[in-house]
Amino acid sequence: MLTTLFRIIKYGFLGFWRNGWLSAATLSIIILALMVFEGMMIFNVLTKIALISIQDKIDISVYFKTNTPEDEILQTKKSLGTLAEIKNIEYIPRDKALENFKNRHKDDPTIAQSLDELKNNPLLASLNIKAHNPKDYAVIADYLNKASFKGWFEKVTYAQNAVVIERLGKIIDTAEKGGFILIIFLTFIAVLITFNTIRLAIYSNREEIGIMRLVGASNSFIRGPYVVEGIIYGLIAGIISIIIAGPIVYFISPYLKIFIPEINLWSYFVSNLFILFGYQSLFGVGLGVISSSIAIRKYLRI
Amino acid sequence: MRIKFQNNANKLSKKYSRYSLKISIIREHSMIIFQNVSKFYKINSHQTTALEDASFTINPKEFVSLVGKSGAGKSTIVKLLIAEEKPTKGKVIFGSYDVNKIKHRELPHLRRRIGVIFQDFRLLPNKTSFENVAFALEVAGRLQSDIETFVPQALEMVGLKDKMFNFPKELSGGEKQRVAIARAMINHPDVIIADEPTGNLDPINAWEIIRLLLKINELGTTVLLATHNKEIINYLNRRVINLENGRVIRDEENGKYILV
Repeated sequence: MLTTLFRIIKYGFLGFWRNGWLSAATLSIIILALMVFEGMMIFNVLTKIALISIQDKIDISVYFKTNTPEDEILQTKKSLGTLAEIKNIEYIPRDKALENFKNRHKDDPTIAQSLDELKNNPLLASLNIKAHNPKDYAVIADYLNKASFKGWFEKVTYAQNAVVIERLGKIIDTAEKGGFILIIFLTFIAVLITFNTIRLAIYSNREEIGIMRLVGASNSFIRGPYVVEGIIYGLIAGIISIIIAGPIVYFISPYLKIFIPEINLWSYFVSNLFILFGYQSLFGVGLGVISSSIAIRKYLRI
Repeated sequence: MRIKFQNNANKLSKKYSRYSLKISIIREHSMIIFQNVSKFYKINSHQTTALEDASFTINPKEFVSLVGKSGAGKSTIVKLLIAEEKPTKGKVIFGSYDVNKIKHRELPHLRRRIGVIFQDFRLLPNKTSFENVAFALEVAGRLQSDIETFVPQALEMVGLKDKMFNFPKELSGGEKQRVAIARAMINHPDVIIADEPTGNLDPINAWEIIRLLLKINELGTTVLLATHNKEIINYLNRRVINLENGRVIRDEENGKYILV
């Protein structure tokens, strides 16, 4: 049993080595397929981060009139807290708002100066509301509109930003769905290409498979080395595609950062190197093994 | 005489069908039995006959030649024996195996008892001579130490010890065929089937192959040789089964090649 296993592994390596050109051709195709797969994984993470960062920028602020007692504001906050759509409400008192404002403009002496000239705090207390889903802002705005404490509101930002928020919500929605379809589509292509390449490689060996049957080899003894070859393909392709992807990611990363500052692709790549490699080789090995097992079946019938 | 053996074999096999030990007794009487075997191929609902109502028995240690023109049914008999095809009608029995009923799983076991030699050599192109011969032992799960002992011996017997680590593409036709013979006999099969083994060879190499087959036969292995080489048949002066259009038309000891 052990000798047989050893022989199967030996012939797997031998077949890979002696069919040099065929192996190289098959390998290069699998590398390409894996790089598509890898690109998909990174794309998936990128869109997620990008969407979250965009989503995070959307909010509704309710500004209260200057004479609103703090109790009323806290009451409003409590009442809003019962809405399931709301993820987070932040209460920004007038002092805090001023402090934030000063902080934001501390490099601008004219603003600091003009603030100093004002005796009263010109800023309003506000509630900053974030929803779980961009679509929910309409519901929240509606609720605010009908609320009994509406009288205290100075303004609600949603009214101003409604169109933008709605559009962003749609974009996020489409990006998620589109990304998912793209991932499925490209993964399907990668699978198909790999399967066909391995099938062709085995097709070119069909006579040998017939000879092995005639000499009295059992199916598992014939199939074994091809499965081992499939594993070798997957592992080597996994390593090489990671090596190729490294410099590409390094090069692209700074450009991507211009568009979405929250993303550092290179550091993501480096910190997830092993996970990426693990997924890739798993994908590659799985594809190699399954493809060769299916492709060889036809020739084992004699 | 042969028919009598066959009847005996049938009786014995019925009586002792449960005891595999006894089956080896039967095998001593007859190794290969073809009983009214027909093989039809259907291609686009058009039926062609490859073999029709063929009956013969081959006993251990015999050297039998199958003779006939191309398409007479020689290769069909070979294919039926190694169970590459199943008979449409009739029974093919090899040793304790009933080829009609053999399961796909058992095929390798049957084939390890048969050594096959083909006109086109059928060596594994990516393996050296040594590995090609060793492969037949490896599939049978033999130990590495056995392989290292027996493979060089077999290659020496066919005179290829110095080409042990050459690949088939580096060998001549005759050399390839000798590797194939070494591979066929390495497992000590019950029978060696040679399907036109000299078809692609020049006369000198052809005779070399025939001499090797005779030697193997002398050592106690049954040989079934399919050929249409008149000179070889006439030289051998052994049993000849003559086929024509899928029928056995003549079966005689010390047969000659007779054109009909």
